Amino acid sequence: MREIIITELTNALQELARGFAHYLPRAVVMLIIAFIGWVIAYLLKVIVRGILRVTKFSKLSESAGATALLNQAALPSSTELLSRFVFWVAWVGFILLGVSVLGIVGLEEYTSRFFLFLPRLFVALVILFLGSLAASFFSRAALLAAVNANFRSSRLLSASVRIIISIFALSMMFEVLGVAEQTMLMAFGTVFGAVMLGMAIAFGLGGKDLAREFLERRLATGKKEEKEDELSPL
Amino acid sequence: MAEETLLTDDFLRQLINVGEVDILVGLPTHNNAKTIEPVLRAIQAGILKCFPRERVVIINADGGSQDGTPDLVTGASIDDVWRASKVYTLRTLHAISTQYARTPEPGTALRTILAAADLLRAQTCVVVSPDSATIEPDWLQRLARPVYNDHFDMVSPVYRRQKFEGVLTRNLLYPMTRAIYGSRVREPYASEFAISGRLATDFLTNDVWNDEWGRTGAEICLTIAAIIGKYRVCQSFLGTKAQDRSASDLVAAMRRTVGALFSSLDRTFPLWSTIAASETVPTLGTQSDLALEPVKLDRERLREMFSTGVAQLEPVFRSILSPSTLSELQTIAALDINDFHYPADLWARTVFEFAASYHKSVISRDHIVQALVPLFRGRALAFLLENQDDHDENMETTVESLCGEFERLKPYLLEVWADRK
Repeated sequence: MREIIITELTNALQELARGFAHYLPRAVVMLIIAFIGWVIAYLLKVIVRGILRVTKFSKLSESAGATALLNQAALPSSTELLSRFVFWVAWVGFILLGVSVLGIVGLEEYTSRFFLFLPRLFVALVILFLGSLAASFFSRAALLAAVNANFRSSRLLSASVRIIISIFALSMMFEVLGVAEQTMLMAFGTVFGAVMLGMAIAFGLGGKDLAREFLERRLATGKKEEKEDELSPL
Repeated sequence: MAEETLLTDDFLRQLINVGEVDILVGLPTHNNAKTIEPVLRAIQAGILKCFPRERVVIINADGGSQDGTPDLVTGASIDDVWRASKVYTLRTLHAISTQYARTPEPGTALRTILAAADLLRAQTCVVVSPDSATIEPDWLQRLARPVYNDHFDMVSPVYRRQKFEGVLTRNLLYPMTRAIYGSRVREPYASEFAISGRLATDFLTNDVWNDEWGRTGAEICLTIAAIIGKYRVCQSFLGTKAQDRSASDLVAAMRRTVGALFSSLDRTFPLWSTIAASETVPTLGTQSDLALEPVKLDRERLREMFSTGVAQLEPVFRSILSPSTLSELQTIAALDINDFHYPADLWARTVFEFAASYHKSVISRDHIVQALVPLFRGRALAFLLENQDDHDENMETTVESLCGEFERLKPYLLEVWADRK
């Protein structure tokens, strides 16, 4: 009995030693890959930060309204955030590459999934950024046009434009990420329909007097009156 | 040469048939059939009366009129004018029309006229607005003579206007151009003017045509180019100016003028940043009497549009204006019509902060120009209220005082221009 235990223990220790001897060089390779990955990721971060500064990305981000959002959330600037994102994606990619060298069964699948997911994540982030840019630009354009046309609910119109574009961008982003596609599609359809119906009812009920006044002015005697009110700038 | 591709083959052929000319009269048009005939008659009468021996051509650059404007220009007979004036020209008066685009583009219209002047080696190029309801034959002489005989390079008009006409020119374009470029040209954005062939040729090579704002407001860019290029500039009293008020679109007018003026500041910074004072410009002729009815304006509506604009556009103003300027504007926006005022120094600071924000592109440049519209309405209202009982002389004093504020605050513009925030 005692001999059997000793033999089993010896076998187990030998197995452990063999396993350790088998994995140690791979672990060293993994650490080397992770270190090289850190250096490359750091260099990428510096390069991306430089490019973003040269191309005045912060101005674009400011005009898109992203800077204000980041400030409110006490986050670093958009340039810093994007360069850090590139650093972490690159480094995590190298770490996973290193882990795959270890040959752990099942982990390789997750590693390959991660790499397949990266382009989709990037596209989703680009959609989110462009969406916020478009939402900010068009909502401001709507606000200015409405104010200069003396439209009473300018802010409401501007906010509606921003919400519709944001919902559209978010639904596109989730579709790219493959997160709850059906739910997002239904949610988008419902919200979009509700907003449109709400606006139609609001304009129909709230603006009927305004519409009548407008039509009366246009079609009846109003043209003279309008002319009198106009400034002659030049 | 870019101008050769700008002009169509047919137009070039017609120009070659005309040959060299002494004076070219340019008419940029778009659906002006209702107003073009008296303008044409005045031009023809002006040519017969003042330039019977010179080789003159009328060039119509049309932006896709649907009402037959080009036919009216080319078909206008000089016989009636001959009979009325009893004066005959010694030369054939040519009238050529060309369509430069299907939609109106003021910059391209001017470029087409200048390119024609360059090709025909015109000594003098006169541009006349097709909707000048009060144009007289003498206008042609007053514009062309200083260039043709006295070798000036640019003649800018001085109009006799109804008290509250040209509010943008009086409150922004003139004071700012004067403070920035140091030249007291009363109408930096003129719809009637004359230039020498030399200036026309030089301006065609200007990089303004590569810039969207330059193309939109080429007229003000031409004035600026004449001032900073040290060309000989003078002004000429033309007479009463009246405009079709129904056609006035404030946002479009701001884009054409203020947008182009702000845009010019980027290109010319090394020149204007060193100019410290303004100089007078020689002014020829005598001022005429005003014969127009006063304009009626709804002041309460102007105040309401200003107040609403300040309140609704607050998030936009926060990225353009300094906190102190915005705070002062918010105080003014709460005032009743009887107490309403928009001081000259605050207006000058507002405009300069907008110009600096435009330079830094803090938001879309077009949005910056549009955001100035409600504030301009406020300033226009204050101007109307300040001058409602005054005579023209007193209003001139107000304009002069506003110009003084713009000149005094020019260091402030340089400060906010350089501010990296």
